[in-house]
Amino acid sequence: MTPFEFIRPATLAEAVAAGAEPDSRYLAGGTNLLDLMKLGVAVPRRLIDISRLPGLDRIEAQPDGGLRIGAMVRNSDLARDPAVLRGHPAVAEALLSGASAQLRNAATVGGNLLQQTRCPYFQDPAAACNRRDPGAGCEAIGGVTRGHAVLGWTETCIATHASDFCVPLAALDARVEIAGPGGTREVGMAELHPLPDEDSAGNPAIRPGEVLTALVLPPGSDAFAGHSRYVKLRERTSFAFAVVSAAAMLDMDGGTIRAGRLALGGVAARPWRVAEAEALLAGQAPDAELFDRVAGVLTEGAHPSGQNGFKIALARRIAVRALVAAAAGTPARMPALPGSVFASEGDLTHV
Amino acid sequence: MTLSITMTVNGDRLALTLDDPRTTLLDLLRDRVGLTGTKKGCDRGQCGACTVLVDGRRINSCLALAAAHDGSDITTVEGLAQGDDLHPVQAAFIAQDGFQCGYCTPGQIMSAVALIAEGEAGDDPERIREGMSGNICRCAAYAGITDAVREATRRMQQDERRSA
Amino acid sequence: MSDVIPMPVGPAGGHVRLGSNAGQSMTRRDGIAKVTGTATYAADNRPDRLLHAVYASASIARGRVTFLDTAAAEAHPGVVMVMTPANRPPLAIHPDEKVGMFGQKIEALQDDGVRYAGQPIALVVAETLEAAAEGARLLAPRYEALPPRIDIDAQPRFEAETVGFGFPAAHAVGDLEAGLAAAARVVERDYVTPAQYHNALEPHAIVAEWQGDRLIIDTPNQAIVMMRGVFAAYFDMPEENLLLRSPYLGGGFGSKAAVWGPQLLVILAAKALGRPVKLALRRDQMFGPVSHRGATRQKLRLGLDAEGRLTALEHRAAAVGSSFENFFEPAGRASENLYATPAMAMSHEGIRIDTGTPGAMRAPGEASGSAALESVMDEAAFELGLDPLEFRLRNYAETDPATGNPFSSKALRECYAQGAARFGWAGRPLQPRQMRDAAGLLTGWGMGTAIFPAPMFQATARAVLRADGSAVVETAAADMGQGAWTSLAQIAADGLGIDVSRLEFRSGSSDLPDAGVAGGSGHTATAGSALFNAGADAVAKLAELATKDPASPLFGAGNAAVVARDGRLMLADDESRGEAYEDILARAGLDLIEGHGKGVRGEAEAQSRAMFSHGAVFAEVKVDPDLGQVRVSRLVGAFAAGRIINPKLADSQLKGGMIWGIGFALQEEAIHDPRTGRPVNADLAGYHVPVNADVPHVEAITVHEDDPFVNTLGVKGVGEIGITGTVGAIANAVWHATGVRVRRFPIHPEDLIG
Repeated sequence: MTPFEFIRPATLAEAVAAGAEPDSRYLAGGTNLLDLMKLGVAVPRRLIDISRLPGLDRIEAQPDGGLRIGAMVRNSDLARDPAVLRGHPAVAEALLSGASAQLRNAATVGGNLLQQTRCPYFQDPAAACNRRDPGAGCEAIGGVTRGHAVLGWTETCIATHASDFCVPLAALDARVEIAGPGGTREVGMAELHPLPDEDSAGNPAIRPGEVLTALVLPPGSDAFAGHSRYVKLRERTSFAFAVVSAAAMLDMDGGTIRAGRLALGGVAARPWRVAEAEALLAGQAPDAELFDRVAGVLTEGAHPSGQNGFKIALARRIAVRALVAAAAGTPARMPALPGSVFASEGDLTHV
Repeated sequence: MTLSITMTVNGDRLALTLDDPRTTLLDLLRDRVGLTGTKKGCDRGQCGACTVLVDGRRINSCLALAAAHDGSDITTVEGLAQGDDLHPVQAAFIAQDGFQCGYCTPGQIMSAVALIAEGEAGDDPERIREGMSGNICRCAAYAGITDAVREATRRMQQDERRSA
Repeated sequence: MSDVIPMPVGPAGGHVRLGSNAGQSMTRRDGIAKVTGTATYAADNRPDRLLHAVYASASIARGRVTFLDTAAAEAHPGVVMVMTPANRPPLAIHPDEKVGMFGQKIEALQDDGVRYAGQPIALVVAETLEAAAEGARLLAPRYEALPPRIDIDAQPRFEAETVGFGFPAAHAVGDLEAGLAAAARVVERDYVTPAQYHNALEPHAIVAEWQGDRLIIDTPNQAIVMMRGVFAAYFDMPEENLLLRSPYLGGGFGSKAAVWGPQLLVILAAKALGRPVKLALRRDQMFGPVSHRGATRQKLRLGLDAEGRLTALEHRAAAVGSSFENFFEPAGRASENLYATPAMAMSHEGIRIDTGTPGAMRAPGEASGSAALESVMDEAAFELGLDPLEFRLRNYAETDPATGNPFSSKALRECYAQGAARFGWAGRPLQPRQMRDAAGLLTGWGMGTAIFPAPMFQATARAVLRADGSAVVETAAADMGQGAWTSLAQIAADGLGIDVSRLEFRSGSSDLPDAGVAGGSGHTATAGSALFNAGADAVAKLAELATKDPASPLFGAGNAAVVARDGRLMLADDESRGEAYEDILARAGLDLIEGHGKGVRGEAEAQSRAMFSHGAVFAEVKVDPDLGQVRVSRLVGAFAAGRIINPKLADSQLKGGMIWGIGFALQEEAIHDPRTGRPVNADLAGYHVPVNADVPHVEAITVHEDDPFVNTLGVKGVGEIGITGTVGAIANAVWHATGVRVRRFPIHPEDLIG
């Protein structure tokens, strides 16, 4: 690590002022940033510890029915929060399917929302990367690309978003509050996580001196609570990033879907949502054929960025699986293996 | 830059002068405090060997800056036993052979202590396996680890009932 | 098992009984140290005035370093030394020369050349670890890069001269072509295995300190005395001036049985700076100079008669090595000793790519070769319409197919029977994709045969009985988790005829008698024999005293009529007549009595019998039918490995090996960028090894096996056999669940979706 100055501001205003200085980075849980600093990918000269800023560690019900979650709330605390478990169980399931208990205890909501891709070329300072170094090129293209994007990628960047948490958040139309020198702004998940273009290469849309202060689950987003699931395909049973994943939520009116939400993880630079796909669900009865059609629309336009064409079929299938699971209802208790296809151990039957 | 920090480590209050803010909590414990029980396996939060309790919660000490933990209450594997009396988790790891080379063991044990305190896994082996999956054991003593956590959970519940 | 097992006559006479301590499921003697954090691994040493070292790794795979910004590194606060090829102090032996039996070319800054990504290209030493790490980063190397030769299938193949540690690359028995011509059916398949990295959880580490012309190194090592000699040779110093301490290894799996370049650099730095220096590899550096399991391409051909008996077995392996060394995964050897066949041929080709040199990784050759052999056996059984277990029984080898020799012991039939019964193999549908569980997951059952040689190397040991009846034994054994501190002590105690609680066991340091290598699953047999014999030697001397002493109740009994147990010598046919060791020593006026022993197999035994451990592994997998994710829901192995010294620890070894089979079958694979030759997954997030949730159910049964030939102890070994058989069993279960046969390891989800 390159030496840095360690600063602990007492107030948000101080943090914002400190962060506007060149080569500054905010430190919260540190589980992503410290790793990138060790790799030499992030080289801040000033590290501003915002983990103890007052007021950012609360989970508060809003008068309008929304839920406001402070950016310094730890992932594990959020996943255990009664209001989240009750109203937004897929958020809890996604959180618990990610990383390890140790990492979830340290990692914050804000850090998770702003985490960087795990593209190995991004993590390797010896490789060209437009995200790290705009204009340098993308060395992932033509390289080892099993884990890379099949939707929304460009020649600038083919990396995927690594978060599980953000997948149901995107589906729920969550928004984030960002404090900056000019005051506070609120942005949606899609805006926070832009697709790569020549400008951003998919980096989170937050500017120097801005602090992500809160996550807001909008009013009414708990309407899906009874039928909410997150399903994640992994290459080992736990403690692995998603190959592909999906969050599905259904607002059921008896046997009819009033509204549905659906997002894919592991396929693009952001959790992937398509309004037209979700619209197909409204007013319909849950049905495998319907779900397949929805998943088809959701993955329309998918194309490999390398050796990852298989992810297109998997993405479509996991979307269907998540919808089927959601239709079956949120389990009364968090599955022993959250997000896993092996959540329930059935008895063996010969067929 | 030099920072003055205080920490409680295994019950001892330490005042430390940190002349390098780059020092991680793991390296601080091992190189400065001299508690080498906590191990470095990957230094990137990917193996769990460095697991310690900070204010009662398990974290990877390799991905924590010492400077950011000014004022924290740290428990390491050296802080579990009371003299010659092993913590029930330590005793269970021996009884169930929940390790081979022993290198991941301090992290496994700290993780298990926290898992039991979290109270969500109980006696359910599948929840224990999931809850212990952030601690890689390359010798693959997983069956023994799971059994050890179950045994320690039961014993600690009995001890609690007895003392209640 | 009874607590006293009569032994065949051993080299030191028949008066010592094995089994008072051996055979007991003792917990680890190093257990308390390990659970309290007081066990001292190499990097836990913190001598005064310690400096920290970090080496810079090459980011190209082939070419040369043209520039290192040593000025920037040296200017970083705390940096005290930057070692490059330009200023590296001399070694007595060039790193491209080989030292000793297992010597290999290593990388120790001998020149500016780069022969693989991750090669050390400079060493930075600093007052703190943080400063050393930043110093290494600041070197910002520039290169003249050549295109790496990394695409395995694009490289030329050549006939390998030897494989593994100098084994013959080819072996044939009978007339293969005739066997194939006579076959009613020929099954021919190709299999691919990837590069795998040991990834012991403890990264390689060293703390080196010079005290005048004496050198003390703390470094994890699987062959302590032998490697002391190698280290000493590089520094042209008398071996006795070098102390290598390795009381605890945080896993080895074959990668810590050698000397690596970075260790030499640290020793040089410590000398030049006059201060102790520590180096611990970063996890990504575990994918460079410290060896790995090389990738293979294997072709197997089975000739089968109408009843499903082998008429021919052909195993042709191409093994991937480095551009500059000759270690090739001896995969074909896995087929030599397992199934009865009138004709077999095994051979190896080599392929060179620009990586570090492969080496021994848990069951080198057997693991890769068994994966392919057990897969093709399963494919053949299906073609024949036979149950896979029945098919293997039809091809059961009563004598060693490679030599025709009898087996020293072989309880494989019992392994098959006990494993199958415990697993519930009966009733398995022959056709694939026939079973689902209640959750709708595809379910499959597969099996594989496990086999691993039972070698012995050479070891010596010393045993001292003290006047108070306690004892101390010494041998420089290496405990990398297999349990040497415990099981060797149990054997030693039986050799001395005392309870193990009265035994002090000194080990893990090069100033003790040579225990040989902890490798090849032969450490317990070898070092154990030395310890047992040393104890027996001491007891024989004691018996000599007693039986010649008119004051002893044993007077005149003769040496062979005496047994030793619980610190007493007794008449074999009347155990009420005897006396305590203390009494014999006291009467003789002795403070102690010392014995010495060797562990080595006689040439005659080695030539006349085939010596192997065997086993049968049964796997159940669940596969998501749409997404292809696999979980090994049950793994049951039954193993016959001679006498089991400590059932608890053997159980852990066997299970550990089987879980390595899960990693091999489904997870482990190092992937290199085709353009740069750099590994893209050189960490534990990208290179997957099994986690706890991957192992819902694993069982290891040890099948009783008496082996009067393998060694006096009857011990074979359990360290490596678990991975053999298991990989094939899992792959076969995946096929049985899905109907999809994957011949390229590891099996990925996308391989299984239609």
